[in-house]
Amino acid sequence: MPTVLVNGEPTELATPLTVRQLLERLELQGRRVAIERNGDILPRSRYDDTRLAEGDRFEIIIAVGGG
Amino acid sequence: MNDPLIIAGKTYSSRLLVGTGKYKDFAETREAVDAAGAEIVTVAIRRTNIGQNPGEESLLDALPPSQYTLLPNTAGCYTAEDAVRTLRLARELLDGHTLVKLEVLGDPSNLYPNMPETLKAAETLVKEGFDVMVYCSDDPIQAKRLEEIGCVAVMPLASIIGSGMGLLNPWNLRLIIDNAKVPVLVDAGVGTASDAAIAMELGCDAVLMNSAIAHARQPVLMASAMKHAVLAGREAYLAGRMPRKLYSAEPSSPTSGMIAPARGG
Repeated sequence: MPTVLVNGEPTELATPLTVRQLLERLELQGRRVAIERNGDILPRSRYDDTRLAEGDRFEIIIAVGGG
Repeated sequence: MNDPLIIAGKTYSSRLLVGTGKYKDFAETREAVDAAGAEIVTVAIRRTNIGQNPGEESLLDALPPSQYTLLPNTAGCYTAEDAVRTLRLARELLDGHTLVKLEVLGDPSNLYPNMPETLKAAETLVKEGFDVMVYCSDDPIQAKRLEEIGCVAVMPLASIIGSGMGLLNPWNLRLIIDNAKVPVLVDAGVGTASDAAIAMELGCDAVLMNSAIAHARQPVLMASAMKHAVLAGREAYLAGRMPRKLYSAEPSSPTSGMIAPARGG
């Protein structure tokens, strides 16, 4: 089963997942996030058809308070 | 008075832009933003905390993009590459929103801008279709260069970020203002209302601040003070101040018709 990096944390997956399913597993469904996969932006329209592969690096970001 | 601020072709009625950091909670953030009358608010882009407090309110629930113009920043970026990457993510996060605040820092102890990296990032971002408002040193040559690259606003510091030291070099700001064809905003260093008024009297198009409001004893009250200071400074600038006349006293009241004849008048 694949191990991926999510925001720098190694995450082991019991089953193959799509990005949409990864967000659900992380309880981020319905939240406004943006995702970078292996250094490239992953558009929201691609969450359903993008499958996680061994060694994938994900950055999942949100907006926070800042000046 | 109809005196709009125009940035990247869009019209704003408020000349006070505020940051959203350092407040005690989102409710206070929202209250301060509204007391400031700000339409443009800066936000930072950060990793989500995986597995922590799912369902917790997010900043964008308190400040919905439908009601405020969000200005994602690159705070904490020290290279052009990191800044560009951050803003590409921000554009995806905000559904293609292109107005951004670029800042590339050079030294964590004083957060002074790294201008070579800032220029590099600005070039890439402008090519990629971003509308770049750029935090910069108060160097008129660098500010002009950023304008030539295609930035939609230049934002020199008044003093270093979070210092509250006010306008340390108003003459440099004047040089930048006099040379610029894009809006000039003072970004960083404002400490209290008079600083904001002085920036506007100098001819700045707007002021951007965070700590001066968030670190005040009463942030919401200070937000209101800043709103009035920016308005007052802008009106004073438009009205045109009287000339300074050292050692040339001139009374405001009539010099004739005194109940007792004044000597010499």
